[in-house]
Amino acid sequence: MATTTAPTKARGRGDRWAGPGMLLPFSLFYLLFLVGPLIYTVVAGFFETSLLKSGLGDFAGLSNYAAVLGDSEFWRTLKNTLWFTVLTTVPLVLLSLVLAILADRFVRGRWFFRFAFFAPFVLPSAVVALMFTFIYADQVGLAQQAAKLVGVDTPPSWLGDPDWAMISIAAATVWWTLGFNFVLYLAGLQDIPRSVHEAAAIDGAGPWQRIRHVVVPMLGRTTTLVTVLQVVASLKVFDQIYMLTNGGPDGSTRPSLQLIYDTGFVEGRVGYASTVSLLLFVVILLVSLVWFALVRRAEKER
Amino acid sequence: MTATATPPVTEQRTPAAEPRRKYDAERLFNRVALGVLVAFSLLWLVPLAWALATSIRPSQEVITDPTSWFTAHPTLAAYGDLFDAGKLPYWYANSFITSILTTVLTVLAGSLAAFALSQTRFRARRAAFVMLLAGIMIPGQVLMIPQFLALQSAGLLNTYWGVVLPQVPNVVAVFVFKQFFDGIPRELIDAARADGASWLRTYRQIVMPISRPVISAVTIFVFVGVWNNFLWPLLVVTDPEMMTLPVGLTSVQDVFGVPYAQLMASAVLGAIPLLAVFALFQRRIVEGIAGTGLK
Repeated sequence: MATTTAPTKARGRGDRWAGPGMLLPFSLFYLLFLVGPLIYTVVAGFFETSLLKSGLGDFAGLSNYAAVLGDSEFWRTLKNTLWFTVLTTVPLVLLSLVLAILADRFVRGRWFFRFAFFAPFVLPSAVVALMFTFIYADQVGLAQQAAKLVGVDTPPSWLGDPDWAMISIAAATVWWTLGFNFVLYLAGLQDIPRSVHEAAAIDGAGPWQRIRHVVVPMLGRTTTLVTVLQVVASLKVFDQIYMLTNGGPDGSTRPSLQLIYDTGFVEGRVGYASTVSLLLFVVILLVSLVWFALVRRAEKER
Repeated sequence: MTATATPPVTEQRTPAAEPRRKYDAERLFNRVALGVLVAFSLLWLVPLAWALATSIRPSQEVITDPTSWFTAHPTLAAYGDLFDAGKLPYWYANSFITSILTTVLTVLAGSLAAFALSQTRFRARRAAFVMLLAGIMIPGQVLMIPQFLALQSAGLLNTYWGVVLPQVPNVVAVFVFKQFFDGIPRELIDAARADGASWLRTYRQIVMPISRPVISAVTIFVFVGVWNNFLWPLLVVTDPEMMTLPVGLTSVQDVFGVPYAQLMASAVLGAIPLLAVFALFQRRIVEGIAGTGLK
């Protein structure tokens, strides 16, 4: 932010406090609901805090950390979360990139593609979960019927088979959220000047070569952005898993956020849940920091 | 749908094979591209269409032939059942009230903060901005326990404020506003200030009126975000009459067991307001996302 512009003329007494004053309402919300809770999370991790008793409870030192890090369930939920993140990020980045590049070639039909891909994104997770409860249902669901149609005689129980449950949830998530990335890519494509396409075409590059050597590289920044937003969003997965499988079958889809929810709100072990929260926060923070570093480097190169 | 990216071919009958081949390649590529796009977009519409088709079938038919797409006896019975059994009107009203309240507060507090950061000069401005920047990295859901405890001790569980307040500090909204305000010509602000307008007045009478596009973009994405929020209302609301639509909808399943017609009817009812918002404001939503201050 450059502050090189001339300082404002009249600087009365009220003036000095105008900025801070206007910042105040937002700052209050910010401190009360983000900074404060973050501090509380850090502190509570060192105490045997319980939902049932008021106050922080007994000092526990690092015992919550020892308990969490030694808890196989913690590692399993983290593994589930990462698996979900991989299962969603890869198709959500690649597919939205491909579909956006293809859609960008057509002016007349673009609104239709935008509607088809983006409409699911505005749906509440509850609606998505209701729809896919039926789609994935055993015997009667559309997904099993479709599998039979293409020759799979005994399709798996999409949500009941531990090997398939997470894949099924990821597929529903891809359907639901693809539109967001698709739109980000369309915006990125609009920033590529027409003259670049034309120059490449005159140089004799076919459509496929132009996409590979011109369009995709020029979308690099958008791809970084889309990937990081996607990873961060996927690491926070909760809604659709909670509603579709409630973490099952046999805990095979339980994500880290649900471990926090269950230990914190169902079992009332706030100290333990705070520790898990903080560890998940650190993972997400690291991803965001890597993004900021990448963006900064890209900016310097320009 | 015709392709537009095809380069003009001046002479169709030219014996030189080279441009001809290129033209064919371009046309073939466009055909394939269109085919892929249409296939995927139809696939993407299947769940929506199927939900709609199932919701207007008589329950008996859904049980005997669950995956059929058509019915000879379309009926709104499933919708009627929902209105009788659930608390649907409450959920709609609660979702509207909490979404509107949150949106208004977010737009007001967020734009005011962004204006202070963008236009006014004060000593801690830079520090404040950096702190805000850090806030973008705090994942709200991870803080649900202390947020819940704070609202519990304030006696705000099962109230609208309990749903609304924690969602107001929306850092992204501040960024979007700030980016827009940074682009306002300096002279415009200076002129107002030279005329003796206070900062607050400059914000209210000069800046906000010309900020309609960014205000509507923020309004839409905050509204949709709050309307769709599930985890937070699930935590703070237990009273069925205070539930928002997404939380309420999940209790439908418990009421009806698994009659799929009712399930799909509730999915459709949950989807309609947002699809309407989307249809009306498609441009703004897309612009809002595309310009989320992240380019």
